[in-house]
Amino acid sequence: MNIVVCVKQVPDTATERKLRSDDKTLDRDAVDGVINELDEYAVEEALRLKEAHGGEVTVLTMGPAKAADTIRKALAMGADKAVHLVDDALAGSDALSTSYALAQALGRVGFDVVVLGSESTDARTGVLAAMLAERLGVPQLSQARKVEVNGSAVTIERVTDYGYDRVEASLPAVVSVVEKINEPRYPSFKGIMAAKKKPVETLGAADLEADAGQLGLAGAWSEVVDFAVAPPRAAGTVVKDEGDGGAKAAEFLASKKFI
Amino acid sequence: MSVEDELLELVRDIAAKEVVPRAVSYEQEGRFPREVFTLLGEAGLLGLPYPEEHGGGGLPYSTYLRVVEELAKAWLAVGLGVSVHTLSCFPTFAYGDLSRLPEMIGGSLLGAYCLSEPQSGSDAAALTTRAAADSGGYVVDGVKAWTTHGGVADFYTLMARTPAGVSCFHVPAGLEGLSFGPAERKMGLRSSPTAQVRFDSVRLAHDALIGAEGQGMRIALAALDGGRLGIAACAVGVAQAAFDAAAGYARERKQFGSRIVDHQGLAFILADMATAIAAARALYRDAAALRDAGRPYGTRAAMAKLFATDTCMRVTTDAVQVLGGYGYVEDFPVERYMREAKVLQIVEGTNQIQRLVIGRAIAKADPM
Repeated sequence: MNIVVCVKQVPDTATERKLRSDDKTLDRDAVDGVINELDEYAVEEALRLKEAHGGEVTVLTMGPAKAADTIRKALAMGADKAVHLVDDALAGSDALSTSYALAQALGRVGFDVVVLGSESTDARTGVLAAMLAERLGVPQLSQARKVEVNGSAVTIERVTDYGYDRVEASLPAVVSVVEKINEPRYPSFKGIMAAKKKPVETLGAADLEADAGQLGLAGAWSEVVDFAVAPPRAAGTVVKDEGDGGAKAAEFLASKKFI
Repeated sequence: MSVEDELLELVRDIAAKEVVPRAVSYEQEGRFPREVFTLLGEAGLLGLPYPEEHGGGGLPYSTYLRVVEELAKAWLAVGLGVSVHTLSCFPTFAYGDLSRLPEMIGGSLLGAYCLSEPQSGSDAAALTTRAAADSGGYVVDGVKAWTTHGGVADFYTLMARTPAGVSCFHVPAGLEGLSFGPAERKMGLRSSPTAQVRFDSVRLAHDALIGAEGQGMRIALAALDGGRLGIAACAVGVAQAAFDAAAGYARERKQFGSRIVDHQGLAFILADMATAIAAARALYRDAAALRDAGRPYGTRAAMAKLFATDTCMRVTTDAVQVLGGYGYVEDFPVERYMREAKVLQIVEGTNQIQRLVIGRAIAKADPM
């Protein structure tokens, strides 16, 4: 089975993240990049699918040169090879232009199943799986907490507010996963060493045979018009209990329409 | 990123997610974290300084020690456990049957090192445990003391007396006649079991012998040279953890209207702590560089062990002082670091023995 797992390098959530003042996109140079947490689950699931059904796991990422560190992490976990989409023309992509570039790359790489995290910790749009599936003309199975492949069919348990749905589709398909799905493995030292020798293909915008107007900041449909630092949390309201504490608490809850 | 950077990133990741969260409760309960060593073994971290062709990581000792420091910073029981395991494999690597090594360092097994006895500590050569010749090999009788991983290890690297002098043996766990005392109730490092290992007519095959008969003390001391660097790295790790806690606290805590780190009297304590840690780290790395270059490093290793563990004791004591009353209670980690530091001045040769080693080298005008 030809498994492609999409990963994204995101700013470390433990550090202060900033937008650039000129084009109001994320300042990726100012922060340490780490693999998007949910993508580790996606890599793990891709490796498990390979272990169960054979085949090959290809890592696909789009990002600046330093995103190579994130590729190596996925390769160290056990993926077989990688494709790195890197080009200044791709900088500033929104979800729509990202999905366009990745879909073009996936068309070139080929796949039976694409696995990805259901959202990233930076932009958190959570729409990429749907957009990719639409662009590729294949079914999307999203928010999976369990994935099973049986012949040419893929079945997932899709997490919902009320429990889960069992959803089935035919391959090829796009599957997005949630953190309930597995426990990602740690790379091993041997995996780190082996990753150095695994092939990483670098693709630029020209390799995508894409409409340049749909790529990068130029091709983005959304634009950050303005941004501001979140205001510090305001002090809470202190209600002194003078025998009527309960009533005051109820009043407060009612005013917020909680009761 | 270099391989070393990626390796350390992996170690920090495991330390943060798997080691730190267990440390406090396991130390309180005196519970041994075998599952952490299993994980470290799966990640390939239990044989880092041994050659790749024997299943090791093929890394320089200096890199291995950085891993030990990171683990000890998270939890001494784990960093020290890796050091003791690595030490226990050394005789087989340097003098023994290399076909046995891949399994020993492959990650699923944990080793222990049996040299000290109730009546023979610093005077290790006075050991009385005997390995008597027998038709099939040897029969061992005696008691070993202060064995780290005693009762939980998968193999024991044993020094015992034979007619030709002290000899070194590989003893798998589970042999008949091998038993263990209860875990010692220690001041700190409680989750790492330390116990007597008792040999009651334990039969060993001929091939249990590592090196030649009578070579045991030389093997034991060669293993300890490397082990001392492991302890030095552990000491730097614990000291760094104590410093980080103290410095973090000093940047937040306010007294007399300003952060206590802005009071010169307190900042000077922290400055001395940071300086001593940097010097200790530089010294163990220097000794490791000698070893990696294939040059004599035993004296420098003794210096590193002596300086790093004395530094650790002083730094952790000062960290308690910086936190004041909060430093003395279990709600903050620094009292634990101070209790852990003490053992490092004792194990792998007391610091008085380290001075003896250094003094003898001076007397003989050996290269330092």
